[in-house]
Amino acid sequence: MAKVEQKGTLSKSDLREFFREMLLIRRFEEKVEERFRAGELPGFLHVAIGQEAVAVGVCRALEEGDIIASTHRAHGHTLAKGTTPNELMAELYGKMEGCSHGYGGSMHLYDIERGNMGANAVVGGGLPAITGAALSFKLRGEPRVGVAFFGDGATNIGTFHESLNLAQLWQVPAVFVCENNHWAESTPSWQHMPIEDISQRAVAYGMKAVKVDGQDVEAVYKAARRALEHARGGKGPVFLAVNTFRLVGHYIGDPQVYRSKEELEETRATQDPIEHLRTKLEMSADEVEEIDSEVKEIVEGAVEFAKNGTDPKPEDALKNIYA
Amino acid sequence: MSCEGHLAERSIVEAINDCLHVELERDSSVMVLGEDVGRSGGVFRATAGLRDRFGPDRCFDTPLAEAGILGTAVGLCMAGWRPVCEMQYDAFSYPCLDQLITHVGRYRWRTGGKMEFPIVVRMPYGGGVRAPELHDDSPETYYVHTPGVKVAIPSTPADAKGILAAAIRDPDPVVVLEPKLHYRTSKGDVPDGEHVVPLGKARLAREGEDLTLVAYGSMVAVCEAAADALDDVSVDVLDIRSLKPLDEEALLVSAAKTGRVVIVQEAPRTCGFAAELAAILAEKAILDLRGPVLRVTGYDVPYPYWQIEDAYMPSAKRVIAAARRLLDF
Repeated sequence: MAKVEQKGTLSKSDLREFFREMLLIRRFEEKVEERFRAGELPGFLHVAIGQEAVAVGVCRALEEGDIIASTHRAHGHTLAKGTTPNELMAELYGKMEGCSHGYGGSMHLYDIERGNMGANAVVGGGLPAITGAALSFKLRGEPRVGVAFFGDGATNIGTFHESLNLAQLWQVPAVFVCENNHWAESTPSWQHMPIEDISQRAVAYGMKAVKVDGQDVEAVYKAARRALEHARGGKGPVFLAVNTFRLVGHYIGDPQVYRSKEELEETRATQDPIEHLRTKLEMSADEVEEIDSEVKEIVEGAVEFAKNGTDPKPEDALKNIYA
Repeated sequence: MSCEGHLAERSIVEAINDCLHVELERDSSVMVLGEDVGRSGGVFRATAGLRDRFGPDRCFDTPLAEAGILGTAVGLCMAGWRPVCEMQYDAFSYPCLDQLITHVGRYRWRTGGKMEFPIVVRMPYGGGVRAPELHDDSPETYYVHTPGVKVAIPSTPADAKGILAAAIRDPDPVVVLEPKLHYRTSKGDVPDGEHVVPLGKARLAREGEDLTLVAYGSMVAVCEAAADALDDVSVDVLDIRSLKPLDEEALLVSAAKTGRVVIVQEAPRTCGFAAELAAILAEKAILDLRGPVLRVTGYDVPYPYWQIEDAYMPSAKRVIAAARRLLDF
């Protein structure tokens, strides 16, 4: 992946590249949804439609050697961290060519070589591991940062609190990216958190907290860049409170009975990060069409690649439990 | 595999401390973390002197956060460390059980063998020390039941050192439960320097012909006391010491020889490790057996407070009764 300018300023062509990547994630997720509905992909699949700017903005701000841990809604982070659409789609199809060799699936995507320490079906699962990895970076004096993605729902879990406390106590180079999409599955944040400002949770541990509009990829990138510099510079961890929106259900097929149609429609009309960037870049219909057909072709190719992949043998499941 | 040389008489906890000193010296990626392990040297003194000798980066105190301790160790492993996590007591390990089940035991499998987790979780376990509930549990079965996790329980000072060393050097996560009842009372010769007792090998603590008593950890001493009292009977006492991987062969060889097996386990009865051993004997040794496989175990209750704990703990008397029943079968 092309590295954008280091100073935190973005050229138009950088942003165009961001646009392409966000659109790739969107089309990938739509394809996953389509293949699920066609009966080709089994559940349970969580797509990141609406949250593309968070994945791209944060991952583009990373340096070589930085690592991430993802969530159950992991496809966007995984693509943004550099796993190819082919490897990701093959994993969803349970093929040996997948990034977890067909053993992880949608919620356990790994790409160790590319610094992706894994998606996680357990909410809050990635935070303590990132804290530990960041502690190691500090102990060994390596200029690397560990980044944990998680949602607002995860901030209610014990490992979130233990991790933030440990990270701040030990002053490790970690960035905690809270993708606050205001829903913990079907439970709205007002019903699962007794506070409105989620960043207060980090402040309670003495941690630097920064709020950012998660539908504006440039803002996410810049905030992530500063947070990473802060952490890398030995100044301690940073909590990035990213305000974002889930433009679809919790899982594919979620009837969303808990959400009013009006609210959903309004959010879709006003909070689409790809649409925001298109407007900002004043992209013409032709320009968008050109990028769109390119990424659609990549996604189609990924489906073909996945379908032609190798099924794991049942006996392979007995391997790799122990060294 | 132990190096030739000097033996020193040590207690179990001294042997563990000695092991940690040797292994931290041998391998700079080994580190110790846990509650009160640094400055105070651990509530049982198992980590005494490590912080002073190896520095606060290699032996450090954590907050009271067991899930955080093991979860952090996961990340340390990812970055190439070999963390040894102390859980202060058996039952304090339950918050870390979540990390073991949901993460530690699964990573290697999920990543097609790409990720390695040389984590050790060590803890004092078991009763008999007049402690309140939640300081006396025998939680081994939870760990044995978790794929991807190995489990060992030594009963002698030499094994306490050698098994912990094997666990630290092992590429997989290993839970080591240490019999706190005998931390200081059990003394024996322990090799100085490097001493490794491989996982997956049982120890024949006593050799006999008529009956096999099978145990691990603090119940080995109970079996030995029972064997002493059964002076008209020739008894094999088999110390399992590595529950997973299990030395099935040692169990089957002894069962084939004596035809009579009593399994002793301190943990609650139902689905305890004794049940697994009994199932193996039923599957693979049925024609060698001269009577039913019997279990002497704790009860399916929370571990009771001190006035009645002796009634809970399997005693030599209960083991002898089971042995007599089997011999009379």
